[in-house]
Amino acid sequence: MQNLDATIGYGRFILSGALATVELTIFSCALALLMAFLAGLALLSRSYSIRAVARIYVEFFRGTSIFVQLFAAYFVLPLVGISLTPVQAGVLAIGLNGGAYGSEVVRAGIQAVGRDQTEASIALNLTRWQAMWWVILPQAVVVMLPSFGNLAIEIMKATAVASLVTVSELTFQAQMVRSQTGETAIPFLLILVTYLVIASVLTALVRLLERRFSRGTAGA
Amino acid sequence: MDWSWDFVAQIMPALTQGLLVTVEITLVSSVVALVLGLLFALAKMSPVGSVRRVAIIATEGIRRTPLLVQLYFLFYVLPDLGILLSPFTAGVIGLGLHYATYTSEVYRAGINNVPVGQWEAARACNLTTRQTWTEIILPQAIPPMIPPLGNYVIAMFKETPILSAITVMDLMGEALAQANFNYRYLEPITLVAAGFLLVSLISAAIIKLLENHLNLRAA
Repeated sequence: MQNLDATIGYGRFILSGALATVELTIFSCALALLMAFLAGLALLSRSYSIRAVARIYVEFFRGTSIFVQLFAAYFVLPLVGISLTPVQAGVLAIGLNGGAYGSEVVRAGIQAVGRDQTEASIALNLTRWQAMWWVILPQAVVVMLPSFGNLAIEIMKATAVASLVTVSELTFQAQMVRSQTGETAIPFLLILVTYLVIASVLTALVRLLERRFSRGTAGA
Repeated sequence: MDWSWDFVAQIMPALTQGLLVTVEITLVSSVVALVLGLLFALAKMSPVGSVRRVAIIATEGIRRTPLLVQLYFLFYVLPDLGILLSPFTAGVIGLGLHYATYTSEVYRAGINNVPVGQWEAARACNLTTRQTWTEIILPQAIPPMIPPLGNYVIAMFKETPILSAITVMDLMGEALAQANFNYRYLEPITLVAAGFLLVSLISAAIIKLLENHLNLRAA
């Protein structure tokens, strides 16, 4: 029975990492959402320089791997005087990376709203921001949600990489157990199942939002 | 912060060696992802209900768990079951299998996007199943698949640094080894980032050209 006790013991230890994984996912998703809307709107800006800055941000973060960005945030930023804790470096790298992918979703979503909507807003004498906030975005968000759901799962999966800069989330805890007890199968199966559960919760959450936001639109 | 060109010159041979390994991994795992993805897609469209369900559960399970954990699984757990894989083999299988679940969706969407009328017309013209596939369906289904498949190959290229976590000496592995040995992180990691950015931008431009070319032909 001692074996079982040991298993339960390190099982608890591993699951304590789930909290860090969820935390990292939520903060990174929040940063990614913010950056996605900022950069997505900037990509559609009338000013050439704003568009150029947004384009450089998007291409840079999509062009280099999340892995390299994380290591740059953790090992290179301190050299220019910005010291981050492992969690901060993780959120920064994963959030900015997710935001770059998300900005294209925002741009495509806004462009998918028919031109007639913009023209009707102009005819009603709405300002550009009123038109965007009250007319375009509410319709665009419905189009964006499924892609955002996929992005949230990608971000959740990317948090595993943060274990390599010593954030003590699920994968890190499992590696600790492996190096100290030599157990491999149970720790890794346990975290695989936990990741699946988190992903399923995320998917269900996005489905809920999709239903909420598509209320009152055609086809719902 | 002091950038040293001497140090850059010193680590360049190791990084070039790593870049070769990275390219090699990308090519081999692309083949794995493209072939396995097709098998997954066929299984997901199988007329047998149980095959379809198993394929969907397997691909969704792989898609929703991190690649890093799958690599650890292949590299640390399989040896306990008597299957010993080299880091390179484990990396290629892991990366290929992970992206096969993505490519399978591309195949499926490509085939489903061929209008039903084409199938019906093929039947009306009394074509055999084989003729229907090779002469009617695939010529229409394959061109729209090429840009998304190309994007996944680029995505796989960008994921290769993760393989350094299971001791594959790819570009990132070599860079980290040099960084740890000399305790200088600035140059190796910056060079790796620049290298990836360069290759990604060039390959994205090539895919864009390909896409325009295909659109022209379709129009």
